[in-house]
Amino acid sequence: MVTEGDVQNAVVELLRKTVVRLPKDVEAAIRKAYAEEKDEVPKMQLKAIVDNIDMAAKSITPMCQDTGVTIFYATLPRDCKVDVAKGITEGVRRATREVPLRPNAVHPITRKNPGDNVGEKHPYINWKLHDKDYIEITVMTKGAGSENMSQLAMLTPTQGLKGIKEFVLNVVLKAGSNPCPPTILGVGIGGSSDIAMKLAKEALLRPIDQPHRDPEIAKLEKELLEAINMLGIGPMGLGGKTTSLGLNIEYAYCHTASLPVGVNIQCWAGRHGTVRIAPDGKATMVVPEGG
Amino acid sequence: MEKTIRTPLSEADARALKLGETVYIDGIVYTGRDEVHLHALDYLEKGKKVPVDFNGAALFHCGPIMKKVGDKWQAVAAGPTTSSRMNSLEPKFIEKFRPAAIIGKGGMSQPTVDAMKKFGCVYLAITGGAAVLAAKGIKSVEGVEWFELGMPEAIWILNTQHFGPLTVAIDANGGSLYTQVNAKIKENEPKARAKLGLA
Repeated sequence: MVTEGDVQNAVVELLRKTVVRLPKDVEAAIRKAYAEEKDEVPKMQLKAIVDNIDMAAKSITPMCQDTGVTIFYATLPRDCKVDVAKGITEGVRRATREVPLRPNAVHPITRKNPGDNVGEKHPYINWKLHDKDYIEITVMTKGAGSENMSQLAMLTPTQGLKGIKEFVLNVVLKAGSNPCPPTILGVGIGGSSDIAMKLAKEALLRPIDQPHRDPEIAKLEKELLEAINMLGIGPMGLGGKTTSLGLNIEYAYCHTASLPVGVNIQCWAGRHGTVRIAPDGKATMVVPEGG
Repeated sequence: MEKTIRTPLSEADARALKLGETVYIDGIVYTGRDEVHLHALDYLEKGKKVPVDFNGAALFHCGPIMKKVGDKWQAVAAGPTTSSRMNSLEPKFIEKFRPAAIIGKGGMSQPTVDAMKKFGCVYLAITGGAAVLAAKGIKSVEGVEWFELGMPEAIWILNTQHFGPLTVAIDANGGSLYTQVNAKIKENEPKARAKLGLA
C-alpha cells in the first residue's frame, strides 16, 4: 500500500528532476530556435540558454535560480486512503532543503519568508479523481518573471475572435523583454474569470508540439504563434526571430453574456514534471522524459 | 569582440563601454533587488549607513540559490531577475549610491537610462534563466548582508572571475539596445496585426 512517505519521496524526486531538466518538447524547440537564429545578439542569448540546459543536467543543478512557486495537480484513485496533501507539502519542505530550491514563498503582505516554501495554501494543490489504481502528481515550478506578465480580460461577446487575438497580441507586446523570452503562451478562453486563468495555466502542461485536438482551435494556435513571432521581440527582448516557442489554447463553455480570456506566460524554462505512484508505492517519472 | 572589466569601475571605465559589446567581469559584484533598493533608500533617509559601498560597484539584480557548505556559502544558481521591477527606485539609487554597472535582464525605463547617462553607469544584460552558467563565474561568496530579508532579497557579496557573457545593453551615453528593438517591434506590429486580420 502507498504510504505518505512514498508520496513524499516521489515529490522530492519529482521536484529535483523538474527544476533540473526540461520536458523534451520544450528543449527541442529551444535547440531549433538556436539553430535558426542568425543575428549575433539573440544568437548569443540562445547559446547561453542551450549551454545552461546542458550544464544544469550534467551537474544536477536547478537550471534557473527562480525555482518558482510549486503548483500541484494531483489525480487520485477513487479509493485513495493516503494523505497525499501532507505527502506533497512535506515533499516540498524536504526538496527546498535537499535539491535545494530557492525559498520563494512569502506572506503576501508582511513579505515574511518562512524559508521552507510552505505556508497558508502553499503549496497549492488542484485535485482530480480517476478510475486508475495509481496516483499521478504533476507539478509546475512557475517563476515570477513570467507569471507577473500574465493577464485576464473580461471581453464582451461582441468583441469575439478579433477581441481574443487583439488581447493576446497586446499581452505579449506589453510583456516585451520581461518574461524571459522565448516564451510559451497558455491561453484560456471561456469559463469564468477564474476558469479562464486556470485553463491558461493548464494549457502550458500540454506538449508544445501537440496541437489542440479541435482543428479550428489548433489553427488559431498556429496563427497566433506565427503573428507573435513576426514582432521581433526575440530572446531576452534583444531582438531576433523567436519570441515564443509555442502557444497552447484550452477552452470551456461560458455564459452567453461573457467572453473571459486568460493569458499565462511561461519563460523559456517551461518546467513541469509528472510522476506516477503505483499501488505498491513504486514511483515512475513520466515528465521530464527518460526518468 | 569581448573584453574583461574589473570592479570597482571608474566613471570613465563605464563611459568607455560600447553599446552591443560583450564583456566579462572580474572582481566583486553585489546582488540587490526589490528589498535592497527599498532598504538602502530608507537607510539613506534615516541617515543610517548601508553595509556595503556601492560607489563604482556592479549591482546585480539577482536573488540566488545559496547553499551553506561548512561555514561558507556557495552559489548554486544565480541568474538575473526582471530589472523593470526596480524601475521606480533605480534613478534615485544610481544618483545616491553611484554604482557604475547594473547587471540584469529585460532592460530598464527611460528615467533609469537618463540617470545612467547623467552619473556614468551601464546596464549589462545577462541571459535570464541561465543561472548555472552565471554561477560558474562566481569564484566565491565573500559574505552576506541583510540576510534577514530572505535568501533572494539579501545583499550577497560575490567574488567573480570571468563572469558573463554580458551584453552592454544600455550604455552610459544614453544608448539602449531595447530602444532600438522597440522601434523595430513598432515597425513589425502592423504586419503581425494584418496576419491576424486586425485593423
